[in-house]
Amino acid sequence: MSLSGTGVLDLAPRTEEGVATALRNAGAPVAIEGSGTTIGMLRPVQAGRTLSTRLLTGITLYRPQEMVISARAGTTLPEIEAALAEKNQVLVPEPPDLRGLMGVPGAPPPTIGGLVAANLSGPRRITGFALRDAVLGIRFVNGAGEVLRSGGRVHKNVTGLDMCKLLSGSHGTLGVITEVTLKVGPAAERTATLVLPVADAAAGIAALSAGLTSPYGVTGAAMLPAGASAGGVAGPAALLRLEDVEASVTYRMARLRAALPGGTVLEGAESVALWRALRDAAPLAPAQDEAVWRLSVRPSRAPAMVAALRDGIGARVLLDWGGGLVWVAGPASAEAHVAVMAAARAAGGVFTLFRAPDPLRAAVAVLPPEPPALAAISARVKAALDPWGRLNPGRMRAGA
Amino acid sequence: MIPLPRPKPDVMARRDEILAGLKALVPGDGVITEALRLRPYETDGLSAYRQPPLAVVLPSSTEQVSAVLRFLHENGVRVVPRGAGTSLSGGALPLEDAVVIGLMRMNRILDVSFPDRLAVVEAGVTNLGITKAVEGEGFFYAPDPSSQLACMIGGNVMMNSGGAHCLKYGVTANNLLGLKLVTIEGEVIEIGGGHLDAAGYDWLGLLTGSEGQLGIVTEVTVRILRAAEGQRAMLAAFRSTEVAGAAVDAIMASGVIPVALEFMDRPCIQACEAFAHAGYPLDAEALLIIEVEGSVEEQDALLARLRDICARFDPISMRVATSAEESLAIWKGRKGAFGAVGRISPDYLCMDGTIPTGELPHVLRRIGEMSEAYGLSVANVFHAGDGNLHPLIMFDANDPESFHKAEAFGADILKLCVEVGGCLTGEHGVGVEKRDLMGVQFTPAELAQQRRVKSAFDPDWLLNPAKVFPLTDNPVLAA
Repeated sequence: MSLSGTGVLDLAPRTEEGVATALRNAGAPVAIEGSGTTIGMLRPVQAGRTLSTRLLTGITLYRPQEMVISARAGTTLPEIEAALAEKNQVLVPEPPDLRGLMGVPGAPPPTIGGLVAANLSGPRRITGFALRDAVLGIRFVNGAGEVLRSGGRVHKNVTGLDMCKLLSGSHGTLGVITEVTLKVGPAAERTATLVLPVADAAAGIAALSAGLTSPYGVTGAAMLPAGASAGGVAGPAALLRLEDVEASVTYRMARLRAALPGGTVLEGAESVALWRALRDAAPLAPAQDEAVWRLSVRPSRAPAMVAALRDGIGARVLLDWGGGLVWVAGPASAEAHVAVMAAARAAGGVFTLFRAPDPLRAAVAVLPPEPPALAAISARVKAALDPWGRLNPGRMRAGA
Repeated sequence: MIPLPRPKPDVMARRDEILAGLKALVPGDGVITEALRLRPYETDGLSAYRQPPLAVVLPSSTEQVSAVLRFLHENGVRVVPRGAGTSLSGGALPLEDAVVIGLMRMNRILDVSFPDRLAVVEAGVTNLGITKAVEGEGFFYAPDPSSQLACMIGGNVMMNSGGAHCLKYGVTANNLLGLKLVTIEGEVIEIGGGHLDAAGYDWLGLLTGSEGQLGIVTEVTVRILRAAEGQRAMLAAFRSTEVAGAAVDAIMASGVIPVALEFMDRPCIQACEAFAHAGYPLDAEALLIIEVEGSVEEQDALLARLRDICARFDPISMRVATSAEESLAIWKGRKGAFGAVGRISPDYLCMDGTIPTGELPHVLRRIGEMSEAYGLSVANVFHAGDGNLHPLIMFDANDPESFHKAEAFGADILKLCVEVGGCLTGEHGVGVEKRDLMGVQFTPAELAQQRRVKSAFDPDWLLNPAKVFPLTDNPVLAA
């Protein structure tokens, strides 16, 4: 135990049993964090102490031929990526490093436990696998200090209720994740990106949709708007990525270019660097006093939504997932937040307030409200895992 | 036999009143109460277990499902949801005092959007029915359980169904965007929608594979995918299961992941060949069916690489399809495997454990030893890429001793799967079949945690009771 720089009493156990003991002895609300990358996300937690999983480190199992890796929660994303790269493998969902976006570029890199707890996925999410889909197994400690497991290390498992999914994206409010087992995939032999200059978001999303409804297995479909740039590419441009064996990328890129003429192709390292920037939402580059939202909507409704947000609050955007994922930077005001909420609803989707000054994120709904019947179930599920309400109180919703 | 809870005396005593109430809510022929007409609903794909329910209700709308659940909840009546009744784990097995809610009349496709790559369908639409609705535009719905002609998407969601092609495309959970859920109190809740990922708790993920324990799903929004330009299969036969297992490892480590990678052992090869005449080599101990996708040129390139990998393992024979017809011939035996085994044995149990793929030779050897000890034949067919085993244990249902031994043999196989780091069920669900083995995989604290989550949705344990969770240590249910 030590006092952290913020003056909050800081618990940083080195073992899973240490996490369990700390929670059993807590006696009061505890803020849960990994390396703290996304601590500015959602609402400020009302707790006197912090429990960090950053010292629970290490890869505990890696079987490349079984496409599975296990790591303790505090293991960082770069460590896992490096271990996988040695065997030519990758995390399929491309979980992002959002330190730049969150305005904490000097913080330690994100932990795998923190990424799973926030269910953060990158461009390859569009192929069907969010980070939560890659979680084959999980170990966690619930609010009563019990060490529990769900799932395992095999690729198909429907035994019992899927607590892996429930814990993924629960932001430390239902349990402290201590170890995760992830499905991994082969690294592509070759990657290439078709860069298509487009007039506006509507044209860009139409191009992305054409790519995604082609039979060519597109693994990234993002759009840089006017004024944004990444990896040497300036917006407005639609970006379609192919990743596969050499012969397939050659063949498919030729077909894509025939279907969508007028573009250029980025190969290899340039393509990798571009998608790394898009993964981390770097081209959004919010100003220090701006708020950042992440919206997930029906792609076909994104063009109208983007126009409305630009005209309404002067928002700047970055589009991924074929237009379904919309990063928004805009004024950190309650009025802007109301506009974003309305825009997400009108586009048949949801919003998350990613970054804002503490007073704003404490005052507004940072996630869409749940209808009353679901909110009642939600409260009972929270009580089922955290009977005394000690884990990250107020993180996702006021009073919960 | 696995014990079922005692019927609730108050419900049995008020039978007529309850049936009258149901008939008022679902007019016409949507409530079945006559013994003869209840017969088709007394079992599912696990046909060794049979129990007629109190009644069967066939609602035709979410509103009717809501009204029926509200009424049953108010009257403390147990509920068993049912799709097509193809569950191999007894997931739709009725109870004497339960009302079965069958979703087969809710079979409309409500919306298809190709730009948003989704379809909104009612729960009673068949798995293949979704693909049929979108294939004209070159799209398909990816999970493809063997029962896809009959099984319904609502049941697929509840069991998180897989199939032969989930190596590339994932299982049901990876292909959903939204659900309409009716709670036991009759509340209708929209989960997700036309967008990816939840903001807030991942209810979609928790509900998928929840085996009817948390609510009834009446509508589903699925991702639809553009199909590849084509696909083609190859077949490779090996001298031993160990060698075939090593070939599987080499394929998975090569970076070329096929869309399907199926494994059959000698008894399964023999049965399938006798049934389907697919041209399988009868001198092989193990056979792999490997499928790739893409244009013809891409297929050629991928199959050449896979052929080279298999060639390193001294195969007895290899056959690469040169046309779609030859691919179908290669698949014909595998797709008919269950029927083929059914022809050589009056009855069989289909098991469904998953193991780490590296444990394959060890597990097959142990299953062979158990087969001798129990005196029952077993044929193994499974999804090799993901380690999902389907041992088919052959027995004679007219001989109670034979059935008892088959159940014990199956339980031993599943315990072995857990022992080597796997799980009890990869895609069929726990149901009633594997309920009492849950303690092999989970600690008492883990089961208690799952039960508390179930209670958060269904405090009185009226939804599909006696499935998934052992009856012991359960305050609400007793055998």
